[in-house]
Amino acid sequence: MSVITKVKRRQIEQLIEKNSRLDGRGPLEYREMKLEQGLIERAEGSARVLLGKTEVVVGTKIETGEPFPDTPNEGVLTVNAELVPFASPGYEPGPPDENSIELARIVDRGIRESKMIDTEKLVIEPGKKVFVVFVDVYVLNYDGNLIDASALAAVAALSNTKMPKYEIEEGEIKIKSGYEQLPLRKHPITVTCAKIGNKLLVDPWLEEEQVMDARISFAIDDDGNICAIQKGGSGFLEPSQVFEAAKIAKEKAKELRKKVNW
Amino acid sequence: MNEKPEKLIDKKGLRLDGRKPDELRPIKMEVGVISNANGSAYIEWGKNKIVAAVYGPREVHPKHLALQDSTVLKCRYHMASFSVQERKSPAPSRREIELSKVIRESLEPAIFMEYYPRTMIDVFIEVLQADGGTRCASITAASLALADSGIPMRDLVVACAAGKIENTVVLDLFDTEDKVGSADVPVAMMPNLNAITLLQMDGILTYEEFEKAVNMAIEGCKTVYAVQKEALKAKYVTVKGEEESQEEEVEE
Repeated sequence: MSVITKVKRRQIEQLIEKNSRLDGRGPLEYREMKLEQGLIERAEGSARVLLGKTEVVVGTKIETGEPFPDTPNEGVLTVNAELVPFASPGYEPGPPDENSIELARIVDRGIRESKMIDTEKLVIEPGKKVFVVFVDVYVLNYDGNLIDASALAAVAALSNTKMPKYEIEEGEIKIKSGYEQLPLRKHPITVTCAKIGNKLLVDPWLEEEQVMDARISFAIDDDGNICAIQKGGSGFLEPSQVFEAAKIAKEKAKELRKKVNW
Repeated sequence: MNEKPEKLIDKKGLRLDGRKPDELRPIKMEVGVISNANGSAYIEWGKNKIVAAVYGPREVHPKHLALQDSTVLKCRYHMASFSVQERKSPAPSRREIELSKVIRESLEPAIFMEYYPRTMIDVFIEVLQADGGTRCASITAASLALADSGIPMRDLVVACAAGKIENTVVLDLFDTEDKVGSADVPVAMMPNLNAITLLQMDGILTYEEFEKAVNMAIEGCKTVYAVQKEALKAKYVTVKGEEESQEEEVEE
């Protein structure tokens, strides 16, 4: 940690003691969230999320492909994340690094473990041909809490996704004109808490992420169940803080869910 | 492919491998198994067989990664191609890259990073055989290897998973339970500091089940912690024994 971040950390810690933050929010307050769907016409589904100044665009594509050998009766979900070089002075072009891989896998786990997509309905021919759903997360501006913004945008893009209609003619798959809705069951929402000093706060923005000890993210499904968790950062949490964070996440997910009408 | 079992828990409440819900698999550890490394450890956790080794603190490579006020911890979790049923490509998968990151972040809180500025510590983990719960076994072995290398630490990091199979919260899932069961919650901690350094989960749990699983995993961690400490002591008891016998030879 550089000298400047150490000074900033002290300032942030002092503010949290008074239940306040550098940008004037309370500890359990999200930044303003904006959601837009269907902005990319070429994609099967798309969404843009603004969380404060953090901006993420997610596009989905659907192709036909082979199922995994151990799940012959299920379609395939593939999540990828790109940290676009202009999104932060620290980002560089090149193959995905551990941060973008972790981000993609957290988003993937939320969608997969909540059983959001009814993958059995994506089977064209069991064991041979299924629909493959590609979810690609593009981070356009990084101002903290990429996890919540990306997870929200991914779920929004999937709920906006159209699946091609098809018929089988003499063993050949023919894609017909027209689309139908991608079969969905759930809409998971991911909430991240940052631990700074001994306090927890939601939706950390850039300056808070730079000084936080650790973060913990929970994906919460429509029934309030936890379906994925990821702790990150080089610090630790006490067990009581983990449980507190889980309760905060459950509450906040409910609030966000109301906002987006899922 | 193995057939999916119909039941994971039998009528007596026992699991497929005969364990009770809160029972760990047999665990063996040995410290100082790689003579070239500065520290190393081998762990057998059920059918998991994993070697971890530490190099450093040593010169940072590439140089621009060096930090002025702290060492840099690097971690590589890797599975051998023959460690799983179907051959795994030896190229690092996305899963391995993510695990390397979370394992590193689970070890960092234990190390006095500021003691070795402008240096790098390498932790290499090689999974020779996998049977579910490799990240927990890897963390347990890696922190032993770090301790063996003599790097000052706040506590050993120990890890254990809990999960849910057929509506029962159970400890330490093996491969089949992990794949067929409904949730897996790996936890890593420093028991003396009551500090959780890794927590992940996939599956579906209510809040109450989650709390139960984490508490069960913490209890599991404490049991493994005792084995871990014994393994560390055992190496130095042997070393001391060797020294004494050498001294006797000189006297004779």
